[in-house]
Amino acid sequence: MRTLVGWGRTAPSHAEVFTVTTEEQVLAAFATGRPVIARGLGRSYGDAAQSGGGLVLDNRGLDHVGDIGPDGVVRLGAGVSIDDLLARSIPEGWFVPVTPGTRQVTIGGALAADVHGKNHHVEGSFASHVRSVRLVTPTGGRTVGPDRDPDLFWATAGAMGLTGVATEVELALMPIETDQVLVDTDRYDDLDAVMAAMREGDARYRYSVAWVDCMSRGRHLGRAILTRGDHARAEDLDRPRRAAPGPARLGVPFAAPPGLLNPWSITAFNEAWFRMAPRHREREPQPIGRFFHPLDGVRDWNRLYGPRGFVQYQFVVPDERDGVVRAAVERLAGARVPSFLAVLKRFGPADPAPLSFPQPGWTLALDLPVGPASLPGILDELDELVAEAGGRVYLAKDARLRPELARVMYPRLAEFAALADTIDPERRLVSDLARRLRLREG
Amino acid sequence: MENAFGQPQSLVVLGGSSDIARAVVRKLCAARTETVVLAGRDAGRLEEAAAEARDYGASSTATVLFDATDPTDAGRAVGEAFDAAGGPVDLVIVAVGLLGRQREWEDDAARAAEMALVNYAWPVAALAEVRRRLVAQGHGRILVMSSVAAVRVRRVSYLYSGAKAGLDRLCVGLADSLEGTGVRLQILRPGFVRSKMTTGEPEIPFTTGVNEVAETVMAGLASGARFIWSPPILRYVFFVLRHLPARVWRLVADR
Repeated sequence: MRTLVGWGRTAPSHAEVFTVTTEEQVLAAFATGRPVIARGLGRSYGDAAQSGGGLVLDNRGLDHVGDIGPDGVVRLGAGVSIDDLLARSIPEGWFVPVTPGTRQVTIGGALAADVHGKNHHVEGSFASHVRSVRLVTPTGGRTVGPDRDPDLFWATAGAMGLTGVATEVELALMPIETDQVLVDTDRYDDLDAVMAAMREGDARYRYSVAWVDCMSRGRHLGRAILTRGDHARAEDLDRPRRAAPGPARLGVPFAAPPGLLNPWSITAFNEAWFRMAPRHREREPQPIGRFFHPLDGVRDWNRLYGPRGFVQYQFVVPDERDGVVRAAVERLAGARVPSFLAVLKRFGPADPAPLSFPQPGWTLALDLPVGPASLPGILDELDELVAEAGGRVYLAKDARLRPELARVMYPRLAEFAALADTIDPERRLVSDLARRLRLREG
Repeated sequence: MENAFGQPQSLVVLGGSSDIARAVVRKLCAARTETVVLAGRDAGRLEEAAAEARDYGASSTATVLFDATDPTDAGRAVGEAFDAAGGPVDLVIVAVGLLGRQREWEDDAARAAEMALVNYAWPVAALAEVRRRLVAQGHGRILVMSSVAAVRVRRVSYLYSGAKAGLDRLCVGLADSLEGTGVRLQILRPGFVRSKMTTGEPEIPFTTGVNEVAETVMAGLASGARFIWSPPILRYVFFVLRHLPARVWRLVADR
């Protein structure tokens, strides 16, 4: 029995945790009749990979990595982390087509969250690069993919594990020539300027993301650092190499005292970060780890938020409703809710998955410590704005949405729930997230 | 399920017509609480509190009756309350209490026993059943209403405060026993609160209203702190008071 929390370290619950290595073990777990959910490396911020009183199936025993084919397709155990995969694939000249801000997620988790990366506007989200999945459901194991039982495949993408336990994934990698990214960096003094630059220029880059300072107010509201780039080709570098990113060199050994991250410390950090960035720099080679996975530089960095933990608030709104992004930054800056640099990015077209988060428009993600009394109310207000604008919040990050709004933000939830009932009529696939948002009820 | 801010979706209140409990329920319903089960002695007052919970956003309410002088019945009452919730219970508030009439009752064996039953024995019995059910569920929270009076017992209210002191101390051990179960117990220590229970009692420094207590509870649920003091400054005030020599304490406490 273990007490589990998400990466935000809020809302714990207790469950029996089993490491599964075979399909039979997953089926045996379903046969107990208890609530079941899969868990990987626990990087979902909220309560998606825990199920109080139930069985939590740790997928990290599903760790085999097949040979990478000449077309870049590889068969992987669902518990392989992106870190493990890159250690193998980069030296062979292949990169994951979509990576979130950390390598410490499993392939199964990446599919369950249908994660996106800095290239969503070009290459879409993770599921678009999955050829097939072995999915074990309470009614048996089956292989699904975009051309094989596509309804169940797409229902699985973004469903946070509620359609079954993935055991194996066939993923199409993308070729790279080096382990470097050529990065253009630009600093903008306010939010409107950076948004205009992204709207105008993102199409020219494979990767694009902006860091926004949500602690600066007034004239510099939402000042930002925009980084954009593409993989360096061999001829771009004097000594091209293909080395996998190394492990984190720093770690946080224990939970910091509450209040370490407060408006003053975070303002100082944001100020330093902003000042350190060049006003304009072109084609700076950066290693893959530094460019894609800044969060992996410090192990267990979530402990910096102290015993109360933190929430990550990430939403997307359609292009023409970019006012919501501005409203969110203004509201949080105005209330002095401390927030590290927020991440701003433009999404391209959505995939066909009913519960996948990305949709065309703007997405903003903010880390917010639990503590300020005004924070729950502010986020509830922002939810209303986002829902009204036709946007949504990301289930992989959520730890606090109202269940009514989940239906507004994900209008295909009823369709999803009906499909989930066909492969799991007794509703054994249940997480705390599913209970909180009533995701299985439609 | 509770959210990242410790706001529950389903709630059981033992002692559901207590003014402080009602103020907390109003805040919780305005935030996230949908299912509210109120247990208590007086059907009419419980129904009134249930209607109020619905006004503040609860979609489902139920009431359960019990007699707090009969601890042997506490398990049944808790069981019925959990069943009425119809699913996992995220938060149980234990707000059963009787201030009594110290001066008149202190030499009355039957009344003294009643004070111990209502303020200590019944809650202890109920907590055993609450503990069992929440641990099986794998998550949940318990908020026990203690009092700053439990930190140092005054002679003008020792029947009440002494029983609360017992409950408060027992809950410290109970909270420790819950480590690693996914269940948490928090102890609310309000100072003097203007409510129907204290009507007619003289007000003392740091007196608050029930809504202020409820605000403090909301912050306490988010922080997960073991002791929730209301107002928060009483934590420091009582740090001093509980170390005063008895003679000085009596002078201070009788005021």
